[in-house]
Amino acid sequence: MLAARLLMDQGIHVECVNFHTGFCIQSHTGALRNPEPGAKPPRHDALHAAQLLGIKLHMVDIAEDYVRIVTDPKHGYGSNLNPCLDCKIFMVRKAWQLKEELGLHFLFTGEVIGQRPMSQRRENLPHIEREAGVEGWLLRPLCALRLKATEPEKRGWVDRKQLQGFNGRGRRPQMALAQQLGLHDYPSPAGGCCFLTDENYSRKLQDLWHSRGERQYTMDDILLLKAGRHLRPAAHFKVIVGRDETENHFLSGFRQQRWLLQAQGIPGPVLLLEGTPNEEDLTLACRLTARFGQGKLAPTVTVRVEYQGQEVLRSVTPLPADAIPDSWYI
Amino acid sequence: MESPAAPTPHADQTVDARRLLCPMPILRAETALRALPPGATLALLATDPGIQHDLPAWCQINGHALLELRQQGREWVGWVVKGG
Ligand code: SF4
Repeated sequence: MLAARLLMDQGIHVECVNFHTGFCIQSHTGALRNPEPGAKPPRHDALHAAQLLGIKLHMVDIAEDYVRIVTDPKHGYGSNLNPCLDCKIFMVRKAWQLKEELGLHFLFTGEVIGQRPMSQRRENLPHIEREAGVEGWLLRPLCALRLKATEPEKRGWVDRKQLQGFNGRGRRPQMALAQQLGLHDYPSPAGGCCFLTDENYSRKLQDLWHSRGERQYTMDDILLLKAGRHLRPAAHFKVIVGRDETENHFLSGFRQQRWLLQAQGIPGPVLLLEGTPNEEDLTLACRLTARFGQGKLAPTVTVRVEYQGQEVLRSVTPLPADAIPDSWYI
Repeated sequence: MESPAAPTPHADQTVDARRLLCPMPILRAETALRALPPGATLALLATDPGIQHDLPAWCQINGHALLELRQQGREWVGWVVKGG
């Protein structure tokens, strides 16, 4: 947002792009969990920023092509399953294509040298644009003074003197600049931007790949990894347990191809089961459903099991707490 | 006496983005609007509460008119008229 403003203040026409990878963190947690009473509804930061600046934002869905970036990154992963370098290169390429379609002249990003460990290391920045095939055409207005001049600067389209030389993890200089530019309600830049940098999420994705014996995923898979408690009682099936009403509702939307369990007549979670369970596994899943609900101390609980439009009722004893080993939790 | 229910605006096309998380409802709306002529109305169904902020913001920056955004329980319906 600040980078865009620095260029706009030079009279440059700016348009922005936001790529949807399927792993964007920001408002999902808000959408999936019951909001605090009186909490503001979640909002999409990039849309909000574009609205504040009064500029066009192109929202582009790259989720399908992005699968190969996540499953087979040439430059490997960061500390979790985040393929940041490959991701940046891929996005810069996509942004260049869009720039060509729109008839615009150069690319810019809001990156700052050293702000993030892998993709924003000084030595990696030139590498990104080289490998994306846009060398010299990617301007980084927030740290330009620490980098070689780009073509737009050399050609006099952008006044280098009005750019910045920010560096490192601290965000004070950016905040001061925002103040100076009169940008008050601007989206927080500090939050993680994608689930792939999240340790818990990455563990669940690893588990999914491991259980299937291949590194692949569908959009439903990665959405489901964002919600509920995940337990794997055996290699051939796992269960996802809703933690509140909103999650229960969300999980219910994924019942196709999965088993959906819920206690009858007693408040409790929705439990989704995926894999190839046998009768015994289904009984265990019913007992887990009872365990996580308000009937956990009742002698028996009736659980409704739905699969491919068919429903059956099973009466089970709730699983005792000490019968759920920690190793089941993914 | 009960007040009469608000009339439902006419829609040339309806996009069902229920169960999809932000920003998918907006992406679906954007794709659908691309195929419609200016002045056409799109109805967007969504369950992600983010739609309350995102739909008005998206309409504003793209020059579309948001006729109405109505909440019905856990769902929202937005009627968007495509800008010229
Ligand atoms: S954090 Fe996620 S979106 Fe950001 S560069 Fe890394 S992989 Fe890409």
